[in-house]
Amino acid sequence: MKRMTWLVPALYIVFLMLPIYWLLCMSFKTTNEILGQFTPWPQNFTFENYRKILTDSTWYMGYVNSLIYVVINTVMSVAVALPAAYAFSRYRFLGDKHLFFWLLSNRMAPAAVFALPFFQLYSAIGLFDTHIAVALAHCLFNVPLAVWILEGFMSGVPKELDELAFIDGYPFWKFFVKIFLPAIAAGIGVAAFFCFMFSWVELLLAKTLTSVAAKPIAATMTRTASASGYELGLLAAAGALTIVPGAFVIYFVRNYIAKGFSLGRV
Amino acid sequence: MSARTVNQKAWWLVLPVVVLVGFNAIVPLMTVVNYSVQETFGNNKFFFEGVKWFEMVIHSARFHDALKRQLLFTAIVLAIEVPLGVAVALAMPRRGVWASVCLVLMSMPLLIPWNVVGAIWNIFALPDIGMLGWTLNRAGIDYNFTRQPVAAWATLIAMDVWHWTSLVALLAYAGLSAIPDAYYQAAKIDGASSWAVFRHVQLPKMKHVLTIAVLLRFMDSFMIYTEPFVLTGGGPGNATTLLSIDLVKIALGQFDLGPAGAMSLIYFLIILLLSWMFYRVMTLGEDES
Repeated sequence: MKRMTWLVPALYIVFLMLPIYWLLCMSFKTTNEILGQFTPWPQNFTFENYRKILTDSTWYMGYVNSLIYVVINTVMSVAVALPAAYAFSRYRFLGDKHLFFWLLSNRMAPAAVFALPFFQLYSAIGLFDTHIAVALAHCLFNVPLAVWILEGFMSGVPKELDELAFIDGYPFWKFFVKIFLPAIAAGIGVAAFFCFMFSWVELLLAKTLTSVAAKPIAATMTRTASASGYELGLLAAAGALTIVPGAFVIYFVRNYIAKGFSLGRV
Repeated sequence: MSARTVNQKAWWLVLPVVVLVGFNAIVPLMTVVNYSVQETFGNNKFFFEGVKWFEMVIHSARFHDALKRQLLFTAIVLAIEVPLGVAVALAMPRRGVWASVCLVLMSMPLLIPWNVVGAIWNIFALPDIGMLGWTLNRAGIDYNFTRQPVAAWATLIAMDVWHWTSLVALLAYAGLSAIPDAYYQAAKIDGASSWAVFRHVQLPKMKHVLTIAVLLRFMDSFMIYTEPFVLTGGGPGNATTLLSIDLVKIALGQFDLGPAGAMSLIYFLIILLLSWMFYRVMTLGEDES
């Protein structure tokens, strides 16, 4: 029985890969073949769908826009979360527990609730249809998550490290950047991974806050699909390309995830 | 055990977070509160209505139905994803190349934009030209998720399990890899069964990550919008109209801002209350240690 355990993850991964296989399969078909009949693999193998997306700026700018605001958001979220997580893990201060729960409660606010007010808020301050607006809006759910994850990692670092550094005469910021941050590098990797992930996959707010200049790829897909009929092949190719940045990020942080989580009490 | 020192200056460290999140949370929340107590006839004139909308929403059958569907959906999804995720994490190779391969492949669904997830399952499940739908119909099962409520629900749940089980598995795996080998050796010397190892060594070590996993899954499944909207659009009929879908229909479809605002606040409070209960139950007994 012990020898059969590998079957569980193997079958699970097959289940995960089937819809992705079907997506890739469709992206290499012509729209006619897709709508014509069921074929388990492409009969007339074509790169036309991908060629169209990679040469048409209304398509590929969607990816660029998405990447811009996701990167801004990830950097911003982790940067503000670091000192806050340090405060939560090391100090007690007036209202700390309430503040922590209030932060988490923002993770629970349904985007559907906030879509319209967000539109009005960012229009009012003149940031509508900019990358920074989406990056700021995504902070609503990413900052609390980053604080939560980082606090766990920081609590895993013994407090003696701080005390020794202060006895040695390190000023706070020098200690924080030179000694403390390297000690929780894995935690920063994990937090950045989750921020990237949740910002990259979110659509409702990103779509609400943009129209042309900063339109994310996910929104480009919904609009083009409705405007020019039902081009399934093109849609499938665009969908397949949205997996690529995520796959890259996973590849780079794969060791951090395994090692990183085990360090803190996360 | 709490070795944290009292230091009110720590407020300066949390200030950037408070400003950034507060800006995004408080202004929109107040806008929603504003809508929820007022009536408008469209010409930017608002009249105070008190709690009228709240009473209307609480007593409306439509809200009750959406809430029931939402609770059912979240319960089913949690009941499948948490045990499955833990089982996958337990059976995964602990280290080496295969562990990395598993991690990379399993993370893939997590990094696909939510509307693409809906689109993938839509084309995967189409009864005539989709791989899943075609195979099921070939096997003699009458399956059409655009017309049969049961099929729509099954597809929706399969999609969510496909999308999110990996998150539970990843977090559980992280908790498991934090267990030193010495623990397993000690258990082996004691002749502990694999169930005893799970119950007394692995489960306690996973408790913290599982709390995060269950809370995240609860909140996100309760707020789910994009995936079912793309997959079924809430149909057939209202069969898969979950709370968020209903809310967007009222707010942006009918532009009934008052009821939508009241519904938003009730919705938010339900999530807050249930999350807090989960949090209390799952961290029970942690304060004493």
